[in-house]
Amino acid sequence: MTTFAAVLAGAVPNQAQTVTSGPYLVLAALLFTVGAVGLLVRRNVLVMFMCVELMLNAVNLSFVTFARQLGDVNGQAAVFFVLVVAAAEVVVGLGIIVAIFRRRQGATADDLHVLSG
Amino acid sequence: MLPTFALLQKVGFADLFVFVVAGATALAGAFGVVLSRNPVHAALSLVVTLFGVAVLFVSEQAQFLAVVQVIVYAGAIVVLFLFVIMLLGVDKEEAIEAEPLKAQRPVAVLLGALLLAELGLLAGLHFGNIADPALQPGINAVDSHQQNVAQLAQVIFTRYLFPFEATSVLLVIAVVGAVVLARRPDAVGRDDQELEEVST
Repeated sequence: MTTFAAVLAGAVPNQAQTVTSGPYLVLAALLFTVGAVGLLVRRNVLVMFMCVELMLNAVNLSFVTFARQLGDVNGQAAVFFVLVVAAAEVVVGLGIIVAIFRRRQGATADDLHVLSG
Repeated sequence: MLPTFALLQKVGFADLFVFVVAGATALAGAFGVVLSRNPVHAALSLVVTLFGVAVLFVSEQAQFLAVVQVIVYAGAIVVLFLFVIMLLGVDKEEAIEAEPLKAQRPVAVLLGALLLAELGLLAGLHFGNIADPALQPGINAVDSHQQNVAQLAQVIFTRYLFPFEATSVLLVIAVVGAVVLARRPDAVGRDDQELEEVST
């Protein structure tokens, strides 16, 4: 709080004109938690998949936040690769979902009890 | 001193406004994905979240990633989701209250709360080790003398060249896998089916 007071008093030049990393990381944690709970709660396979995408986005957000905070573009490169892998994952995952549920009514995870043998 | 007042003084109004609006949009979209009964509505809520995150990327000086986020995620991936939803014909209201497993939902919410607490604890323990950029002038500027795209390209095509080439192989494998998976099971079975359809 002394720094806040110093900035207010004009003793320290106001260098950072942007929101600091803390709120971004809190938001990323909230997005990740919402995605995780959705993955556990929902039964529709497609919606579960969307929740995985949500979690990936939360991680991307924290990557970019740390990249900005540390002044290091390597974090953004990591996000780039996460995007590519997410695209490949969606293609294969949706292919599997289509292959399984083509002849079935509905697309809930409970319909997959045939996998248990 | 009120913390919000101090934050306002510190960051300026415009940045805080962008962060709050885009963050609230992203969070609302996330809740929409989880809570909507209709899978189509869930996919559209996902677009809202992805767009909010893209705006946050812009405000964090990651312009290239913001554009790619909108094009690849909101453009291609969500369209793929919608296409599969329509292909499977599951664009109906889902009985969201149906709960085959007893106590699945409370346990899931409990686990989520635990996860959030754990993330908060870890952040609280380790976040202090990283210096606050507000106290170190200049270090939070990612693109000091070079554009964001140029910086990212330089890193990807030099340091991460091998992973970049590996992703091309990954994409080819994914395409081949999708084609194999989405194909009809086998040609003989299909011929039999067609014969049956013709004869009936």
